[in-house]
Amino acid sequence: MNGVIDLTVFQVALAYVFVLMVLVIMRFLGIKREKELIISSVRMTLQLVLVGYLLVYIFDNPNPFVTVGIIFVMEAFAVHTVFKKYQGKLSRPLKKVIAFSISMGTLSCLVYFLLIVIRISPWYQPQYFIPIAGMFIGNSMTGISLGVKLLLDGMITQRALVEEALILGATPQAATKSIINNTFDAAILPTMYSMVGMGIVFLPGMMTGQILSGTSPTTAIAYQIAIMLGILGAVALTVILMLQLGYRTFFNKDEQLQSF
Amino acid sequence: MFQFIDVQYKDILDVPSLLIEKGKITTLVGTSGSGKTTLLRMLNKMLSPTQGRIMFKAHDLETLNTVTHRRQVTMLSQNPVMFDGSIRDNLNIGLKFHEKNVGSDEMLLSMLERVKLKKALDTSPHVLSGGEKQRLALGRVLLLNSEIVLLDEPSAALDDETEETIIKMVVEYVRIENKTLVMVTHSKTMAEKQSDIIIEISEGRCRSIRGCTK
Ligand SMILES: Nc1ncnc2c1ncn2[C@@H]1O[C@H](COP(=O)(O)OP(=O)(O)O)[C@@H](O)[C@H]1O
Ligand SMILES: [Mg+2]
Repeated sequence: MNGVIDLTVFQVALAYVFVLMVLVIMRFLGIKREKELIISSVRMTLQLVLVGYLLVYIFDNPNPFVTVGIIFVMEAFAVHTVFKKYQGKLSRPLKKVIAFSISMGTLSCLVYFLLIVIRISPWYQPQYFIPIAGMFIGNSMTGISLGVKLLLDGMITQRALVEEALILGATPQAATKSIINNTFDAAILPTMYSMVGMGIVFLPGMMTGQILSGTSPTTAIAYQIAIMLGILGAVALTVILMLQLGYRTFFNKDEQLQSF
Repeated sequence: MFQFIDVQYKDILDVPSLLIEKGKITTLVGTSGSGKTTLLRMLNKMLSPTQGRIMFKAHDLETLNTVTHRRQVTMLSQNPVMFDGSIRDNLNIGLKFHEKNVGSDEMLLSMLERVKLKKALDTSPHVLSGGEKQRLALGRVLLLNSEIVLLDEPSAALDDETEETIIKMVVEYVRIENKTLVMVTHSKTMAEKQSDIIIEISEGRCRSIRGCTK
């Protein structure tokens, strides 16, 4: 690999030609989205520039408290996003289950991945910890969001079946088993499909980034494989925790379905 | 068997005292919306009283394990729901919920005969008529061999004849097997003919019409 081409500010500015192009097309077609387009482009630029400087600082001054603090903020942001994304009311106990599942699911996979698979040292090395945590947490967030929606849809549309099962002497767990299994399947399916298409349909963003910044493709691929497996584990664990703890929140202590 | 002590359920039901006896057939009658289903659902703990206590064999129902209790007190609901799969699956699912072994085809077929449903075990329940579904659901309940059977009147607009057939089947079964039955029907003649005790519920209050000790 030859040296990496460093992009100058001027070169990046040249990429804004794409925004101009879209603006012209919008003007031409009379689509009134110019303001949003400009705001989102500028926002993206500013956010990334800020994060870039922040990361430079953090990578140059590794500190366990800072790493842990950032992970905490990421987890909180993910939990908040899942709550906001669900269109409807989530019960308090279910919210607690979601928060617990995202944190436990991603943290346990993260610890295993960083300390036993990659073996970073010191353990809080931000250069590895932060981007990998971002990928685990981001994907788990998407998976659990889908899981929560499907679980609630299932409980609402199949309420009569669950009720009938209870009448026939089923435990709440047995009564909700098919809803839970279907939800789990559907929630991890996107992650599995993305593994199938990998390398053929698209090169994953992380790998592209690594290759562009000079890492040999074989190293990039090794990382990508390990990370995909880690993501699969984190998503699956997060969703399964949410389902196994979450179904209980639909029942009261007398094993009766609550209104939700 | 069951004893109600100052039981209330929201403002729907108010039962200061009621006794349901072991080995008897007790029938609840009353106009639609008077609270019959509500009372029945309290017996298998699908609902819990908002006030007062229900005793079951001298234990407060509230202190008993709910799932264990529901396995002793099985209810044929007003709108029995069919599960996915075949008639065989629908008969077996109750046994599975009770964590018992599934029935042999021979056993299941003899149950179908008992509830007068002449269908192959592999048939999908979704092709059955309302009355046939009701009888399949009855077979599912009888297979569980519970000590107490609760029978709600079918809410689907089934003809009186179908309802009478079902009541007769259940009554015959509980008499032979020496079980306790609590049922709901709007048919006064069925109530008179088939039951030991008749309780009328009107606007959430119980009144004994025949043979009740309280
Ligand atoms: N889930 C419920 N929530 C609130 N009210 C209910 C509910 N189910 C039934 N009711 C009300 O309780 C009363 C008694 O209902 P129910 O026990 O089904 O009567 P019945 O079986 O005698 O026709 C009715 O006024 C009904 O509208
Ligand atoms: Mg009713």
